[in-house]
Formats: sequence, C-alpha cells, structure tokens
Amino acid sequence: MADEEIKMSNSDQMIQRLEQINPTKILTWTLLFLGSIVMITPIIFMISTSFKTGQEVYTLSLLPQKATLENYIFILKESKFIYWTLNSLWVASFSTISVLFFDSLVGYTLAKFNFRGREIIFIAILSTLMIPTEMLIIPWYMMSREFGWIDTYWGIAFPGLMTGFGTFLMRQFFMGLPDELIDAARIDGWSEFSIWWRIAMPLVIPALSALAIFHFLGNWTAFLWPLIIVNDPDMYTIPVGLASFNGEFQMDWEIVMTASCLATIPTLFVFIILQKYIIKGIMLAGLKG
Amino acid sequence: MLKDFWENITLNQKLAITAWVFLLIPIIFYTTIRFYPTFEAFYVSFMKWNLLGSQKYIGLKNYQRIFGDEDFWIVLWNTIKYAIIGVPISLFISFVIAYFLNEIKFGHQTIRAFYFIPFLTTAVAMAWVWRWFYQPMPIGYFNIMLSWVGIPQQPFLKSIEQGLYSVMAPAVWAGLGFQIVIFIAGIRAVPKSHFEAAEIDGAGRLQILREIILPALKPTTIFLVVISTIGFLRIFDQVYTMTSDSAGGPLNSTKPLVLMIYEYAFDTYMLGRASALTVILFLLLLTVSLIQLWLMRKSK
Amino acid sequence: MKNFKFILLSIFSSLFLLFGSIIANAVEIEYWQYTYKSRVAAIDKLIANFQNENPGITVKHTNFPYADYRKKVSIAISSGDGPDLVQLYYGWLNDFRDGGLIQPLPQDIFSHSDIESDFFKMVSSMKVDGEYWGLPTAVRSLALFYNNDLFKEAGLSGPPETLDQMVDYAKKLTKTDSNGDYLQIGFGVDTDGQDHHFWREVLVRHFGGQPYSDDGQKIAYNSAAGAQALKYLTDFEKTHKTGSNGFMNRGQDAFAAGKAGMVLDGSFRISKFNKTEGLNFSISELPGHNGKRYNFSSFWANAITTKAEGEKKEAAAKFLKYLTSDEAMQVWLDTVGELPAKPSVALVEANKQHPQYGPFIRGLDYATATTFISEKPQRQSLIDSYDMVVLKDMSPEDALAKVAKKEQELLDDFFGN
Repeated sequence: MADEEIKMSNSDQMIQRLEQINPTKILTWTLLFLGSIVMITPIIFMISTSFKTGQEVYTLSLLPQKATLENYIFILKESKFIYWTLNSLWVASFSTISVLFFDSLVGYTLAKFNFRGREIIFIAILSTLMIPTEMLIIPWYMMSREFGWIDTYWGIAFPGLMTGFGTFLMRQFFMGLPDELIDAARIDGWSEFSIWWRIAMPLVIPALSALAIFHFLGNWTAFLWPLIIVNDPDMYTIPVGLASFNGEFQMDWEIVMTASCLATIPTLFVFIILQKYIIKGIMLAGLKG
Repeated sequence: MLKDFWENITLNQKLAITAWVFLLIPIIFYTTIRFYPTFEAFYVSFMKWNLLGSQKYIGLKNYQRIFGDEDFWIVLWNTIKYAIIGVPISLFISFVIAYFLNEIKFGHQTIRAFYFIPFLTTAVAMAWVWRWFYQPMPIGYFNIMLSWVGIPQQPFLKSIEQGLYSVMAPAVWAGLGFQIVIFIAGIRAVPKSHFEAAEIDGAGRLQILREIILPALKPTTIFLVVISTIGFLRIFDQVYTMTSDSAGGPLNSTKPLVLMIYEYAFDTYMLGRASALTVILFLLLLTVSLIQLWLMRKSK
Repeated sequence: MKNFKFILLSIFSSLFLLFGSIIANAVEIEYWQYTYKSRVAAIDKLIANFQNENPGITVKHTNFPYADYRKKVSIAISSGDGPDLVQLYYGWLNDFRDGGLIQPLPQDIFSHSDIESDFFKMVSSMKVDGEYWGLPTAVRSLALFYNNDLFKEAGLSGPPETLDQMVDYAKKLTKTDSNGDYLQIGFGVDTDGQDHHFWREVLVRHFGGQPYSDDGQKIAYNSAAGAQALKYLTDFEKTHKTGSNGFMNRGQDAFAAGKAGMVLDGSFRISKFNKTEGLNFSISELPGHNGKRYNFSSFWANAITTKAEGEKKEAAAKFLKYLTSDEAMQVWLDTVGELPAKPSVALVEANKQHPQYGPFIRGLDYATATTFISEKPQRQSLIDSYDMVVLKDMSPEDALAKVAKKEQELLDDFFGN
C-alpha cells in the first residue's frame, strides 16, 4: 500500500517538477550561468588568442579567422617549454610522494602512539604553519649555495618534502580510526610499520588523495622559490619559464598567450577527468580543517 | 646486548622507541629546513651582507633604516590593503554564489566546474592574460569594452590609484572557486533536520539564511578568512608579472612586502635588509593568525 | 730492412707523442654570455675562427637568458664554478670588481696606451684604479627610428634635426579618436626602455648640466638643467599629448605595430624592426639642440674571471685579444648589428655611411657612458620621477629632488661616504 502511494506515474512526476520551476529560479540560474561564463572568459580568450596570428591579436573576435598552430610550434621549438614541463612534473611528483609518505607517517605516529613529548612534537610541527616561506627563502638560498643545490631538482623540491598542513590533516584522519584494529594487529605480531602501511593507510585513502591533489597543485604552480633557486633555463619549472617571457624575449602577445595556454591546459584536462575526486577532496579537507 | 635491552623493556617503551624512530627523519627535516632557517633569518637581519663578501654585524640598523624609509610604509600599507579589501570581497562573492549554486541541480556540475577552473591555473600564466586585458586601446579588451559604452579609457596598471586593485583582481578571481566549494560543503553539512524544523515554523528564506546557515558556517568562514588573509598578505606572483616594467609600480603603489623582500635580496643584494623585512612579514602574519585563532576560540 | 722499420716506427711514435702532447696540452676555457640568437651565432663563428688559429685551445660557449644572467654569473664565479671569460654589462663593472669576480687585464698583452689609442673613448669607463678590467667587442648607441609611411602621411619629409622639431613632428604624427584615446602616437616614450638613458646622458647635457659629478660619486642631475630635461621628456605625454609612457606596452611594440611615428632605441632593435612585415622605417641620428649633439653609449665587455689561472688565464687572454681584434668586430657588426668598438673598424666609409648602422656609428663620436653603480635602481630614479610628474603632478624639480635623495644614499653606501 505504501508503495502505491510513493510510486507516481511518470507524467505526474514531470508535472510536479514543472510546478517547482518558478521565474525566480530561472533568473537565478541564468545569472549564475552567466557568472560562470564570465569567470572563464579570460581562459577562453587566452586559448583563442593562442591560435591567432600576430595581425589578428588585437581583434576582439572569439574565433580566429585564420586559425594557426604556428605559435605553438614556435614555443615548442624556440623555447624550452618541454624541459620546463618535465621539470615541473618531476619535482611535483617527487614532492607529492614524499609528502604522502612522511606526513602520513608522522600524522599516524602522533595519532596512534602514546609517548612523552608527543604533544610538544605536534605543536612544534603545527607551529611551522606560522612560518612563511618568504622568511625562509634567504636562508634556504644560502644553504643551497653552500651545498651546491642551485639548479638541481633537489634544490627546487627540498623545502616542500614535508608539510605541517598535511601532517595535521592526516593526524585528524588517523585519530578517527578505531584503536582496536591496531591493537588486534599488534597481538597478531604485526610490525608497527606494517600496521601503518597495510592497515591504517588503506583506510585513509580519501584523505591521501585530497592531500595529493592539494600538494601537487601547489607545487605545480609554485613560483617564488623556483624563481630564486633556478638560473639555468633548462631547469626552469613552468611558472618560472613563463615569467621569463619578459625582458629581451619578443613580447608578442600571441606567443605569451600560447605559453600561458600550454601551462594551463594540462591542469584543466586533469581536472575534467578527475573532477569528482578533486572537489570531494577539497570539501573533505575543508570540513576537517 | 641490544637484544637483551629489547626484551627487557615494557611494551609501552617499545612503542615509544618505535615512535621516535618513525619521527627521526621528519624531525631532522623540520629542524634543518624550518626551524634553523628561521633563526638564520633573524640572525642575518642584524647583519650587513651582500652575498659575496663577509657579514658585518650592525645591530638594529636594518630595522631603523626600514622604519625610517617612506617606501616601506607605503609597501606595508599596500600589503594590508590587499588583505582587508581582497578578503571581504572574495568571501562575499563566493558565499553568494555558493548559496545559490547549492540549490541548482540542472547543470550543477558544469557550472561549478566553470567557477572552479580559475583556481587551478598558474598565477603567472593568468597574470599575463589579465595584464593584456588591462592595456589601453587598441589592445586591451577591458578598455575596448569600456569604449563601446562610452566610458573613457582607464589606465589600470599604469595608474597609482587603480594599480593595486588591478593586480588584486586576478588574485580574487582565482581564489573564488576554492571558497565556493568550501562554502557549499559547509552549507550541505548543516543537518537537514534544522531546515525542516525551520520550514515547519514558517521561517522565510532570509530568516533561514540568517539564523541557521550563517551561524553554522562560522567555523568554515573563519577557516577561509584565515587562509585567504594569509594568502593576500603574501601576494607576489601577480605583482611580479604584471608590473615588470616598474616593479611594484607605478611609484610603489602596487608593491607588497614580498616583492620588496625579493628586490632587496636578489636585485640589490642587500641581504641583511631583506632578512629584516622577512622578519617583519613573519610578525605581521603571526599577529594576524593569532588574532583570528583567538576569534575562532571565542566562537566555540 | 730492420733499420728502416725501426726508423719508421720511431718517426711514428714521436709524431704520435708530439700529437698526443698537443692534445694533452689542449686547454679548455669557458665563455659565458646572455642568450640572444645573433650574439650566440657570432660567438660561435668567432670561436671557430679562433680555434682554427689556435689548435691548442678549445672554447666552450654557454649562454643564459638575460633575465637571470647577472645573478647566475655572480653566484657561479663566487662559488668557484663559472667561466674563465665572461661578458658583462659595463654598468656592472663596479659590482663585479667589488665582488672579486674578475681580474685586471694583463698589461703585457693589453697595453694601456694601445687601448687608449685604438678604442672609442667610452671604453675608458673600464679603467678603474689604474687597471683595465675588460674590453668590448662592440658598443651601442642610440638613434631615432621613424616610420616613413606615417611621416609621409603627415606631410613630413625628413627626420627632425632638433629637439624642438621633434616635439613639432610628434604633434603632427599623433592621431586620436572621438573619445580622445590614442590611435597613433607621435613619439613612443618608454621609460623602462632606452629613454632613461636619453634623459640622463643626452637631455641633461643639452640643457647645460651633467648627470653625475666628474668622479661619479655625487648626483648632479638634481639641477635646473636636469629639471628642464625631465620636463622636456614628460611634456610629450603631459603637455603635447603625443602619446603615453608604455603605450601598447612598450615603445618598440608600438613602433613595430606601425602605431608610433618615432622611437628612440639602440642598434640591437634593428633586426626586430627589419623582421616586422609591413614596417617601412628609417634611422637618423638623435636630434641636436643649440647646434650640439649628444648620445648615450653602452657596451657589453669581456672580462677574465678570477677563476682563470695559469694556462687557462693565458688562453682566456688570447681569446679576449682575438675578440677585440678588427676582424672579430667586423664579424660582430655583420652578424649581430652592434657597432665596432674601434674607430678603425667603425669609421670605415662603408660602415659610416650604412643606411641603418651609419647614424649609430656617427653618434658614437659624441657619445658618453654613465658609470652605473647598479643600473636597476638608478634606472628606477627616472622611471619614478617621470611618474611623479605625470601621475602625481609634481614639479620636475620636486620629483628629481626626491629621487636624487634616494639614489644618493645608494651611491654613498657604495662609495663608503
């Protein structure tokens, strides 16, 4: 009987939905939609200009009259964009893997172990959130000069191998795991490392992916430190390479827009594919934060 | 001997030792990469050093020179302006959008994606795009559009009054997506029962907003305020890229602290002065964070 | 038979040893400059020539983008890496000397009397404390680029010869739309480009002053002459309304787009404008004033770094000698388009009357170079004082007083005053 009440005919459902649409809602939707288009307008123009020739650059048209790939060819041939992409990829991946490993290890240790000095360590690591990287770049630079880290992958990556934020996040998540699980494994004779790696880690994969996305993105777009530590153009990361389009390089807007495109498109592509996870990850991090 | 030791200690002690072993490398890392450099920054701030020669102790002279420098106060005020204008504007816009976007079902994913995409872009890349938009006619799109409606051309980046806001705009634009997503998550985290109770009581839309949603969003809002304030106080990428012809210009009107630090350190190699500025930046950020954390405690 | 074999063997082995010792003695030196296509090509050519003549020496050529060149060089040399021979902007001489990055040129190979008689006068800025610290292959000066089509359209036959004419022409070449926005500007001022040099070495002198004291330690542009010079420059935008600073982003871009009647730039800009399709332009010497002419010259010099010792230093000195030979300078002019640093090459009739290089070369005759302590902040002085006059409506006197105070601090700090 309850089923018959709940089930409605298809047409009834549609009528109900139509009744819910009112002019205010349509207006709101339209405004939001237009707003979203305005949001991506800079990106759209950036993309469209990258396909324009020098003459067409100053026209306001959305689609180029004479679409050309010559800007892309120019950049890929004349500049070191491919190197820059590989460098960014390498550094960001290496850094993210390190963060995923160490931040979880530390977070787990702080969450699931009881020992004297635990709170001090936690507060100390948390306090590093207060230290802005801008204050550390000069000492890091001095350090790098001494140890020969200038123009190396290690030099670009070392400041970001572990983060206070990631540690905090992982600790939160690990604290949510039941202690019984761990105790049971201990009784069974598992080593502490295996407990962490094989039992605890799989249970926090959502957090790990959120952290991975955050950290990778932050690393990919990092600018100040790579700018300082890298001088050899072969070793630039993408943002530093983009900034180098200043100075004596020809400041032709279509070239610059093409470079910006090449820097942005891969991220957009990844986003479109992984959209669900990325948004979920951010929401997750925000709620726990 | 080690074996004897290991067998004779309690389980708790074993766990404690394991914990310290796990923490060993991270402790080394944080000490050498975070804490020691912090002290070094303070240390160098009391020196006169140009990277190539030797360091000369000069006490508080760097700080004296900085506080006596007219440009420093302009730069400090700029930095604060970026935050106290940028944060409210971006939070207001992102909240409004999040509020309405939350209720949309049709095309929700796509519209949300459009709002979010700018967050994923590289600041330097988009700074170039915006810089181009700000150009005067015939190149700059903004001015072209203004001319269509008969508004006179604006100098934007080339103006002392408009420069800062012109640089701030892409930074605000890029941060909206993140804030919108967090706000939506926050709104959705409010238990449905609250809404149902309010509906039964006959509460209007505005009332629900004021009495249920906003209070529930307080921690979320504070979280976003803290993050975006710190972000704006540290702004660099956009300024560096958009004002390369007169860095931080015109006449220092767009220059934030981080750019001043960069210039002292890597343009004129006055590392002592630069370090002193980083210490000042650190104290500024610390003060702001502490104030906000205190406010957060109060709200609990 | 046995004897013959033996003789043959010993000849071969001694030849082998001789050859081997030459290879073993092959010295490798490293040369650094900034990346610019034509300069890279020129150096490669010169290295090939040099190595042909000097089989015992190989020169490794490395180059970096301009933006970070100076930083990279300073760091490398100071940490013991880096090149044996380096190219530096003459304005960095004091910094590099101070930082112990370069060493004086050996006087037995580079005699001072020869330098003084062979090179253009501006090279004397490389002499400090009785030693020469580097020598240029090429020098640069400024000239006036003007658009033939736009000139014809405005009814102008030739380039302006005086400062007053330049103002007049600029006015005639400016076009605005109904809103008063610029469609085309008469003179493209670009304070971040070469125009700050124009003000400092040319305009200030035209109005009766000089930019710095003779010993280079005190600012002298903070005077009536300096203010008049600044007023002349800012008037284009402020009073005559013939354009705005950085119209179309940079003066050179506006000119390349055919939207600027005139710009001032260095000879290094010629190739860019030559490559721009549809741009019909000519070059002339900078306009004079009261019958006098002034110009700004600058150059990139080659110096031996402190890293080079023993036979590397010898090899570096040899290569430097070649780089500053007449032959190298002509190659450089042909490949890069930069003016030879020696009158013997530059003032050759063919070069002097060259339609594009001629005006620059003739300008070398009356050109002076500013001895910069640190170019960037000193350049900022003009950028800022210009902005103060145009954007904040300050008087040129007040603006200059303000920037002079700041720049003098910089100078005092450097000279230890």
